[in-house]
Parts: sequence; structure tokens; C-alpha cells
Amino acid sequence: MYLYSLTLQQATGIVCAINGNFSGGKTQEIAVARGKILDLLRPDENGKIQTIHSVEVFGAIRSLAQFRLTGAQKDYIVVGSDSGRIVILEYNKEKNVFDKVHQETFGKSGCRRIVPGQYVAVDPKGRAVMIGACEKQKLVYVLNRDTTARLTISSPLEAHKSHTICYSLCGVDCGFDNPIFAAIELDYSEADQDPTGQAASEAQKHLTFYELDLGLNHVSRKWSNPVDNGANMLVTVPGGADGPSGVLVCAENFVIYMNQGHPDVRAVIPRRTDLPAERGVLVVSAAVHKQKTMFFFLIQTEYGDVFKVTLDHNGDHVSELKVKYFDTIPVASSICVLKLGFLFSASEFGNHGLYQFQAIGEEPDVESSSSNLMETEEGFQPVFFQPRRLKNLVRIDQVESLMPLMDMKVLNIFEEETPQIFSLCGRGPRSSLRILRPGLAITEMAVSQLPGQPSAVWTVKKNVSDEFDAYIVVSFTNATLVLSIGEQVEEVNDSGFLDTTPSLAVSLIGDDSLMQVHPNGIRHIREDGRINEWRTPGKRSIVKVGYNRLQVVIALSGGELIYFEADMTGQLMEVEKHEMSGDVACLDIAPVPEGRKRSRFLAVGSYDNTVRILSLDPDDCLQILSVQSVSSAPESLLFLEVQASIGGDDGADHPANLFLNSGLQNGVLFRTVVDMVTGQLSDSRSRFLGLKPPKLFSISVRGRSAMLCLSSRPWLGYIHRGHFHLTPLSYETLEFAAPFSSDQCAEGVVSVAGDALRIFMIDRLGETFNETVVPLRYTPRKFVLHPKRKLLVIIESDQGAFTAEEREAARKECFEAGGVGENGNGNADQMENGADDEDKEDPLSDEQYGYPKAESEKWVSCIRVLDPKTATTTCLLELQDNEAAYSVCTVNFHDKEYGTLLAVGTVKGMQFWPKKNLVAGFIHIYRFVEDGKSLELLHKTQVEGVPLALCQFQGRLLAGIGPVLRLYDLGKKRLLRKCENKLFPNTIISIQTYRDRIYVGDIQESFHYCKYRRDENQLYIFADDCVPRWLTASHHVDFDTMAGADKFGNVYFVRLPQDLSEEIEEDPTGGKIKWEQGKLNGAPNKVDEIVQFHVGDVVTCLQKASMIPGGSESIMYGTVMGSIGALHAFTSRDDVDFFSHLEMHMRQEYPPLCGRDHMAYRSAYFPVKDVIDGDLCEQFPTLPMDLQRKIADELDRTPAEILKKLEDARNKII
Amino acid sequence: MQASDRFNINSQLEHLQAKYVGTGHADLSRFEWAVNIQRDSYASYIGHYPMLSYFAIAENESIGRERYNFMQKMLLPCGLPPEREEE
Repeated sequence: MYLYSLTLQQATGIVCAINGNFSGGKTQEIAVARGKILDLLRPDENGKIQTIHSVEVFGAIRSLAQFRLTGAQKDYIVVGSDSGRIVILEYNKEKNVFDKVHQETFGKSGCRRIVPGQYVAVDPKGRAVMIGACEKQKLVYVLNRDTTARLTISSPLEAHKSHTICYSLCGVDCGFDNPIFAAIELDYSEADQDPTGQAASEAQKHLTFYELDLGLNHVSRKWSNPVDNGANMLVTVPGGADGPSGVLVCAENFVIYMNQGHPDVRAVIPRRTDLPAERGVLVVSAAVHKQKTMFFFLIQTEYGDVFKVTLDHNGDHVSELKVKYFDTIPVASSICVLKLGFLFSASEFGNHGLYQFQAIGEEPDVESSSSNLMETEEGFQPVFFQPRRLKNLVRIDQVESLMPLMDMKVLNIFEEETPQIFSLCGRGPRSSLRILRPGLAITEMAVSQLPGQPSAVWTVKKNVSDEFDAYIVVSFTNATLVLSIGEQVEEVNDSGFLDTTPSLAVSLIGDDSLMQVHPNGIRHIREDGRINEWRTPGKRSIVKVGYNRLQVVIALSGGELIYFEADMTGQLMEVEKHEMSGDVACLDIAPVPEGRKRSRFLAVGSYDNTVRILSLDPDDCLQILSVQSVSSAPESLLFLEVQASIGGDDGADHPANLFLNSGLQNGVLFRTVVDMVTGQLSDSRSRFLGLKPPKLFSISVRGRSAMLCLSSRPWLGYIHRGHFHLTPLSYETLEFAAPFSSDQCAEGVVSVAGDALRIFMIDRLGETFNETVVPLRYTPRKFVLHPKRKLLVIIESDQGAFTAEEREAARKECFEAGGVGENGNGNADQMENGADDEDKEDPLSDEQYGYPKAESEKWVSCIRVLDPKTATTTCLLELQDNEAAYSVCTVNFHDKEYGTLLAVGTVKGMQFWPKKNLVAGFIHIYRFVEDGKSLELLHKTQVEGVPLALCQFQGRLLAGIGPVLRLYDLGKKRLLRKCENKLFPNTIISIQTYRDRIYVGDIQESFHYCKYRRDENQLYIFADDCVPRWLTASHHVDFDTMAGADKFGNVYFVRLPQDLSEEIEEDPTGGKIKWEQGKLNGAPNKVDEIVQFHVGDVVTCLQKASMIPGGSESIMYGTVMGSIGALHAFTSRDDVDFFSHLEMHMRQEYPPLCGRDHMAYRSAYFPVKDVIDGDLCEQFPTLPMDLQRKIADELDRTPAEILKKLEDARNKII
Repeated sequence: MQASDRFNINSQLEHLQAKYVGTGHADLSRFEWAVNIQRDSYASYIGHYPMLSYFAIAENESIGRERYNFMQKMLLPCGLPPEREEE
């Protein structure tokens, strides 16, 4: 089995983010690392985050830093990754790519303890960069420029110190003196040697300054000073002319200003009043904002509170450090303050936010300051504060993030053409169920009812230079309605259009005249109101028409074509006639190329299943240039120019291809390349779009021509970042459409469907899925589908949180206290704001502020029944007494008394630290009542361990309780034990069954294949895996095969060899397997690993599903970082050969950007086996043309054929 | 000749041990071995962001806190070292 791996939804979580001027000039961009993807984002003028560039680097990006050479206008990016190399990137605006400026190898690849890459720090003046590891190694590279102003990099200088753990690195701003880097270090050598524990308890963190002597080209430890033992992060303090230099040390509960030869200035980080006393406050992200006259820091704590830190300084002397509560936003992995007054927050979990500054918290009342630091015998006195509503920030945009994707199922609950992906995302109060549909989201602008059933719609401008459309023309079966576009859309009668007849086409002709084609003739309305009518000869009527701005071709009934051209004066002149052999099915003329008088090609579709290209040149007018036969009669034709390659500003310097698109009556879209000179047709691709024959319309998307295909659902064919995409729109079936442009909506579409006129816009191009969000209460763990009622049952649980009632009580108390303590005025004001707010949130929404922290042994959990069709929760059971739900399944017991029951595995008082411990485990059995909408507890059975896996099996319930696999039957008061097997190595986390086989996944030891013998009532393991795999997800593929994923980011398939499988099935007594000796401390038989692939992200769910109607199934997976991918089996050997060769050439010719070897990355833990990386293959179109041709030559194909192959491979999956 | 060979191997080993933390030797104790493995594991958790997130979800802590906890645990990953037997 060979698989093609393709990422459908790129990772949406963010590891780290930096901001800078990467494209040069004034605009600020944000570079974000999403694990193995490097993205460049930019907030546009409307305050929406746009992705400018995105590249997969096939390596783990761990840190980013930006620097600028003095006097330069542009920032470079330094990447610390798992490649054992330092990579410096420059964004190339012209080509829209990252150029690798330097790549220097310094160590082994992989995320290792002493190989640098974890931390990157740059000198604020851009003269040197330090790259550090968790332990021991730090390397300094000197950056400079050569005579041609290109960036140079030196050989590395070592600043190693053995037995030392490094917590953080940063550059120290010391103007143009020798560059200095600061590090928080902890020496463990003595603690390792001292059995009494004294050395360990006295271990002291140090702040160490490393100085790079530019003259001697040497790094030395310049200064090392003890620092608070809770220190975890460093922030550079501006120096030179801008500030006092030095560093800000963020420690647990404290912020400390430190510098060489300067006393420490310490302030307490204020804590929330409801925080348990044993919890510290740790800073997790920080940003500095620097203006000409002032600077300040924003630091965010692990609870999401952002504090503004300011330093009062006089020259180099810092007199006071102030900490002021700023606002609370969801906890971020990085925050970036942009010059334009934006704050980008890359959330750890859930959607990322872009905020705008309303104020910068300049009021003098600070919560905490170094001057009011109180030291008592127990240590420093804490300072408290109460979070409030956003005051300084306002959110203006958010970027959707699926991180963490906890569980996912591909189901077709809504009975749409393609299935939907139901995914459980997020954590704690920001949890949600997201329903993903393949396709682009649209924004509906207006829907208006029309008098009757419209058949077609057009929009026209009055003049070719107009920016916006003037009229919407709607055709009915016997009339035409003209609407003018202005402040309002209203009917007009003075447009000159004939309204007593249906229309076939309405368009602008020449520069400023309008044309209406109706069955009996062509009406030509000149700019001054004169009307010319051309009437059809005899009793024949016009059936089809093709036109562009200067050319019109009409087809009369019987098959006669008449060709008109607009002459210099704008007059339509008949040029030529041609008799076709039969009726014409459809017509299209290519748009007039820039600077030409006419387009050369006319496409004519006939009912004899052919499409002909005819010439429109004067010397061979209406001569047939080429013929193509298609599988069914064409319904609609459209010429579209496609520049399908990256380069220039979206493909400008690549030659365009003219594509002829034909929508056929069998629902297939046929795309064929038309030779621009000869008109020959070649290289055709087909795609099934839907049950109705696709009608094709030319529209414009982001200023480029695109194609709208209306079948049983609408599709959009467009170019995005150099790729041609054909993507469904998440909208209803449409009949006819036209581009629409007005001052409210620059790039919209007007369409008719039923008796309504609809105007909509397409946004968020390039996305594979659009999502509908249903909020949840706690971190969702798992969900199941009620098979008959199509309801979802979701279990949610959170550690260290209060139950809903406790939270409600605490909140009430807090507000009462607040009302008494503060002056009532402010409080009332706040309440009013809350009422006025459009989303009507309560003042402190949990989504924004997080749940208050409780002691870590406290659990909250709930079971929710959700109707996905209405997105409503029909039943929510909150578990009591510290119980948390861990597993869920539906089960039909064989006595059928109750029908489908719900089994939920719970644990009471679960504790992980210091030792895994629990009070009791339970299996709850619930009955569905009220049509499945509600749950009723039947009974609760206590078990001795954690029931992490439940599964129905032959009318009974199989439960994995710790290392025990047990079969239960339903009793009146409790579940009844029937049979068990205690031979599993660690903890059972998944159970799947097929016939009499049971596939058990162990948390640490991969899969165990079991069999149940009903006659002997025994469960025994007959095969297992010899590789220790820390399973995170598993799926049953076929009788002998299981797919699994481990926590290190590998996906693998194991299969029981065919002969073994047969032997086991044929053994009538089962005695042989039962008494056979185990091998390697396990079962007698071992499964073979048949597929192995490193995804590079923790896979949390696996499922076999097909995303296209009638397509073959692939294995879909979802990951913690919020990406969705698919593994699709190849069906032919040729394809395997082709793609493995393409992959090989891509590896050689186009090594990954951040220096990790592709093959090594995909084999990070185990050698990759029989999986071809589609993500790498899909980078082919981004290669320069000559490289594309070179690879294509090696493969004996043309680049276009390779592109087609890639497109086909993707179309098989989605 | 032979003596210098042995010396070479030893010096090579010493070089390796100095360069690569965790390179073992014949007298490595169970405790030292375990400490190394644990520190390597923590470093790997810190380096692999998805894994760090996975732990953070399990413990319902922020990722930043989880990273800090792992760094702190690198000091004494296996508890106090055993008493040395006097030679």
C-alpha cells in the first residue's frame, strides 16, 4: 500500500510571532511560525489580517527573531529550528518568496538538548546574533555587510558553558559598544553530585552577560549575577539614546530591572484576587513598544492579564519600575505591537486576535511599583487587582484557529453533497465544536424577491472607464427588468432596453454603448440615446450568443452563426456568416487581449458532443481551427486566462495559459489549454462538479479574472498565490450569476435563484474549509454520534476549575464586593457598557478572561447532547463531586430493552502529580429520553481504574480499565462482569472491534489484536506490535490493518500478515493460539508495520472518510496544532512511480527552506515507509520555470502535465 | 605502539564525552543514566511545540507555564542522587 499524504488545512496554531518591515518600506508585517509552516501576515487598511505568503519548511521552527543592519530599510528573519543550522531569510517582495540568505550548519539535526535552535537573540543594532540550546551551547555569529551591501555572516564563536541550563536569551541594547547578550542560566553540576540535597536547594539562577568583542572576534562572559530563582524570561530594555539599557527579567511573581553595575529594581506582578495562594504568576509573553520619546513593555501572564511596565529613568539610572494593569486578552504565545497602533496576539489555543489601541494606559494609578514594594518575613507582599473589561484595546479582527483539535469526525449529518467535518477545538472557556465544510465562505449582502422566476441576470457599466456598474438587468421568460444601481437599487424605464421580451445577453459594447440581445434581434443603445435594431432574417430566432466588448457572435436556430464587430465609431457591423451542421449548444468568445482590436477565438459547442474553436481573424474568419470531442453535450463555455505559477506579484512574469472551460450536461467541467497562436486544444482536465450541468460565468476576484461555475452547488475557479484553485462555495444552488460592483461592494456577485435576486461577496480566499462555530463549556475530550437521531454527545472536562455554580456564586460575591468597595459610579458605568454592547456579554466573559483557577485536584466536567442542525444543546449534565468524563460510547445491549444507551467512563478525584492517583472510576449508563434529546441515568458502576476506552461488542460493553480489558453486560442495578483479560502492559486507551476481533490500543505499547471466544467466554491476545508506540489516536482500517498515531507525531499502519491471519481464523478450537508461547514478552504473533510517516505534529484523531461524493476513502487526521490532513491510497503503480520520482527530484532540487533535510524530517523517529509527501510535491509550481522544466524532463513529461497530475491527486481527496 | 593506540581511543572517548553531553562510559551508574535520559526528554518536550501543547492541555496549564515547569525539572529530574559508596 502506497499513500499520498496531503495537508488539507494547514496548522492554525502559532509557535511564535515577530513583527518587522520584512518587505521594506513603511508597511509592517508579522512573521509567524506555525510549527512547520512559516507565514507572513499583514494587517490591511481595513484592519483585517491578510496572509501574504506561506511556506512549509519541513522542519520544526522553534524560534524567530528579526534584525536590521544599521541604515537599512528592511528586516531579516533569523530562524532557529531543529535543523542544526542557522538560517537567515529575506522576504523578496517582487517574487513573493522567502530567499535564504545564509544557512550555516553548527550541529546535529533534531530538537536536542545541546544543539542550539531553541533560543535566538539578536543585537538590537543588528551586528550579531546568538543562537542557544536548552543546555550548554550558545553560538554567536557576527553579521556584517560586504562591499556590495550584501549581508555576510561569520563563522560561529562559542559561548558554551557545560552543566548549565539556559532559560532565556536576549540581546542587550548598548548602542554601538560591543554587542552584549544576556542569558538566564542555572548550573546543575553540584546538585547532581550532592546526595544530601543541599546543593540542589541552594542552586541559584544567574543572569549572565556575554560580550562579543568585535575587535578581538571573541566572546567572553562579562558579568554574572544571581537572579530571582523564578526567572524565566528576558526582555531587552532600549539603550543608547533611547533608554537606560539593561534587561527586564520576568520571574514568577516579579519583574526585575537588571543591568551591570546597577542595583536591581524589583516590582511585584499583581495577582487576581481569586487566585489560589500556592499558584505563582508567570509571564508567558512580552512585547516592547518604542517611540521616539518613550518606550514601554507589555507583559502577559499565564492567566491572560496584560500589564504595562514602564521605567522611570534618568540617563542610565532607573529609579522606579511601574507595573500597571492594562487589559486581559486570551493567553498568547507571542504578542506583537505594531507601529500602526495594532496589537497582534498569537493565542496559545483558539483564535488569534488583532487589537487596536484605544489608549496606552497613561493614567498615573499603577497597581504595583518598585517604590511600594513591601518585604515581610514571609517574602514580598503580594499586590492584588481585579480584571475589568477591555479599556485600552479593542479587537478588530480575529484569525480562526482550530488549535487544539481534540477530536474530529467526518459525517454527513446535514445530508449535503459533501460530508462535513465535526471537530472539537479549543480549551476551557474557549472550547467549541466547529463544523467545517470544504469550500469558501461567502458574505451575503442582499436578498430581494422578484416578481416571477428570473432566468438570467447581467450587470452593465455605462462607460468602459466607469468604476461601478450602472444597471442590473434581469430577464424573465417573457420580459426584462432593468434596475439601476445607486444609493438604492430600483427599477428604471428610461434605460433604452426593450422590456417586453426576454433577453439573451446584455453588455457594454465599444466604449460607451449598450447592447441587448433578445430572441428576435440585437438592440444597440448608443450613448446619446439613439437605438439601432438589428432584426433576425425571416422567422428564425437567436438561440445563443457569445460576446465580448468588441465582438458579438449569435447563433440562429438551425445552426447559423453570424459574426458582428464594433467598428471605430462604435457601430456594430455584420462581418461574416457561417452555417454549422446542427444547432449550437453554447458559444463563447475569449476576452479582447490588452491592446488588440479583437480576440482570435470563438468556441462553439454542439449537441453532437463536440466543441470547436473557430477563428475570428479577418483572413480566415469563422474557419474551424480545432475540434474536441467531449463526453456529453456542452452546456456552457468560457475562456479563462490562467497564470498558474508563482513569481512576480502573483505570477506576472510567467506566460499565461488560455483555458477553454466547458461545462457538460453530465455535470463535468472540462478544462483544456488553448494554444494562443494556432488555437489547438491540448492537455485537458476534467472534474465532476455536481448533478446539474455547470453554467460558467466570468467574474473578477481580487482584480483578476476568475470563473464561477453553477452546478448543483456553486464553484469558484480562481488563482491564489500562483495556484489555480477550483473550490466550492458554501452557498445554495444558483441559476445564473454576474459580477457586481458598486461602492458598497467592490467585488461582488449578483445571482438569481428561485424567485430571488442575491448579491454576495466571496472572502477569505485560499481557505479549504469554512467553519460554523458552536461554543462549548469545558475542554472537549471526545464525542459520539447518536446513530439514529443524528445527535452528538460530547464529553467535556477541565482540571483545576470551579463548577458552574461555584463560579456563579464567586462572581456574584465579587460584584457585590466591587460595588461596595469602589465608588458605585464606576460600577454602574460598567454595567451600562455591558448592556449597550452589541454582543451583550456579561462584563467578564470567561472566553476573554479564562476560568478562575482552582486547586489542581479539582475537576469539572459535563456531558452534552447537541443537535447539530440547530446548533443547540438539548441536554447538559454537569458531573458532580469532582468527577470527570474520559470516555464515551453508544451501546446496544442484546436484550434490547432500552435500545441505544450511552456509556460514559468517568473518574473521581483524578490526580497526576506527584503520583497518579484516583478515588474511584465509574461507568455511567444513560438512557436517551425525549427522542434522544435528553439523558437519564440508568445506573453507575464503580470500577477500580480509569475507564479510558469503551466500545460496544456483540451486544455487550467492552471497557478498558487501566491495563484490564473487561466485558460487561447490562444488569438492573449495575453492569455485570462477564470476562476479562489483565495482560495488557500499561493502559488501554482505545478499543475497536470487527467481527470477533478486538483491536486494543495501549497508551505506550501500540496495538494488541485480541479475539473473543464466546463458547469458552475468554478474551486472549493473539498478536501485538514489537515497537513501543505512545498511541494518541487509532483507527480500524480493515480486518488485519490498524492505523495509529503516536505522541511524537508519527502516523503508522500495522497489518497482520495474511498467512497468520488465515491461520488464526482457521483454527477451530483456538487452542493453538491460546497455548502458544509468547514472543518478546508479548503475544505469539507480531504485526508488520506497513506504513510510516512523520507528520511533525501530535495527531489526535484518525478517521477513514471520503470528502468527495462517490470518491474513494482516505485516512483523515487532525492534529493538536489545528491542521487537518489526509492519506490517500494510490490505485496504480504508475502513479506511485511518478510521484516517488517527483518527490525525489523535489528533494534534490528544492531542499526545504529552513535547512532540515526533507527525508530526514519525514523519518524523524522511524524511517518513512511507502508514503509520498504531497505537500512537497505541491511545491513544484513554486519553482522557477527552468527548474520545473528540468524536473519535468527527467520525468519525461512537461511541467503542465505534472501540474495536472498534482491537481488530479488533490481532486481525489477533496 | 599499542599503548598509544589505547591512549588514542581513550582520548577520543574523552573528547566525545566532553563534546556531547550524555555520552556514556563504562562506570556510568543507573542514576546518571536516568538523569541524562530525563533531561533529554524534557529538552525534547520543550523543543517540540505540539508535544508541549499536548501536555499543557492534559494539565490545563498555559504552554508557557508548562515550558517553565519542564525547564525547572531539568535541575533534579530523578530526585536526589544516591549516596556514593566510599571506595
